[in-house]
Formats: sequence, structure tokens, C-alpha cells
Amino acid sequence: MSEATATTGTVVVRLPTVLRAQAEGQSTVQVAGTTVREVLASLVSDYPGLGTNILDESGDLRKFVNVYVDDEDIRFLDRLDTPVAADDEVAILPAVAGG
Amino acid sequence: MAQVLAETWRVYPEEACGLLLGPAGLGAAGTVGTFRPITNAAASSRIFQLDPMGFMKAERFADDNGLEVVGVMHSHTHTAAYPSATDIAEATKPLVPPSWHWLIVSLGWGFPEMRSFAVDPSRGHFGMNSATGIAEESLLLTD
Repeated sequence: MSEATATTGTVVVRLPTVLRAQAEGQSTVQVAGTTVREVLASLVSDYPGLGTNILDESGDLRKFVNVYVDDEDIRFLDRLDTPVAADDEVAILPAVAGG
Repeated sequence: MAQVLAETWRVYPEEACGLLLGPAGLGAAGTVGTFRPITNAAASSRIFQLDPMGFMKAERFADDNGLEVVGVMHSHTHTAAYPSATDIAEATKPLVPPSWHWLIVSLGWGFPEMRSFAVDPSRGHFGMNSATGIAEESLLLTD
């Protein structure tokens, strides 16, 4: 599967294996956006199949999805309003648990 | 298998957890994989939560080595090596692939017991053609 590298003005989004089929098999994609919210909206616009897996009906992040910006959990930053800079890496990670 | 047991004992009395990696398209029986331990973010003896950063590092390792995530391992510190109600609820969540293998290690009886299970999401629990709804499988770990 192919991996994207950032071009000027875009953000790299890393996808977990389970979502790659909805992104043409890519492990990383490049999208535009200056906040996590914009990045995810661009991602879903480019790859509509990802939409319901990541965002709920009101456009908020589903609770079983973690999002990191350059290795920092957005829950401890500004959540969906966390700013992202060009060449940042946004990682989408499933919340896996049990007991 | 040695790594699985080592991690289980290393973090005891907390539940150990990690991801199983293997070639794409593994079948249910006789499957092959390697184990990548991941921090239990819950730091609990009753539940586990795969640390997201550890999950990402394991996926990067898989990508760099031509592998993919094929399952998850965790330990039960005081109950049997069998899916709990929590395991069943979590295994059928979105973004958890139904193809994943669920390897469970129990320390409940003083000696380690290791069993692996498959998920049938259409039945809402671990199950494939089983009267109990639980489908056990064979899983071979290479390290």
C-alpha cells in the first residue's frame, strides 16, 4: 500500500489498517486544513467511506476514535479545534479495549 | 509465545495487552503471527485499553515489515482464558476488525493458560457455528 508524503500546505493523515480500504488502500493521505476539524472534513470529503467511521451525525469525533497531532492526543489539546500546521501528521487510531 | 508470557508476568497484577502481527489474509486455523506488547493505558487488573501511541507504533512496525495487525492479546489476571462480557462488547465495536484474533492469557489458576478466539459480529459476540456462541481457534506465534 502506498504512503503519502506531505506537500506544501497539506497535512499527512495516517490511517489505521481497518480504514485503509475506504482510502484506496493507502496508509497515509494528504489533505488540506488548518485545524483537526478541517482536516477530518477534508478527509471525509475526499474519501466518503470514512465518514461514518470517524464522525457522528453532528460532525463530532466518535468516542471509539482517537486522534493525535504529531504524537499528542487532541483531547489534551484543543480537541477538534486543535490547530495543525503544514507537514504535521494527524493520526487516526481506534480505541481498542476489553477485560 | 515466550514474549506473550513474559509480558503477562512483567505487568502483573495489571492486565497485559498487545497486538498480533502477521501476513495479510491469515486464516482462522494454523495462523502465524508475532506479538507486539503495548502499554495498558487503563493500568488495571480488570480491564485493558491499548495505548493509542503504542498502537500507532505497532502499525508503523507492521507497515515497515510487510505485515498487518491481525489480532489483539490481553491477559486475565484472575479469571479464565475465555472472552468476558467486556471483551465481547469491545470486540464488536466499529473499527475493530471482525477478522481479528483474540488471544487471551489467564493467570487465574496459578499457571498460564493461553487460548485464542474468533469474533462473529453478526451474532454480536465471539461465535461461529458454535452452540455456545464462542469459536475457539488455533494460533501459532513465531516469537
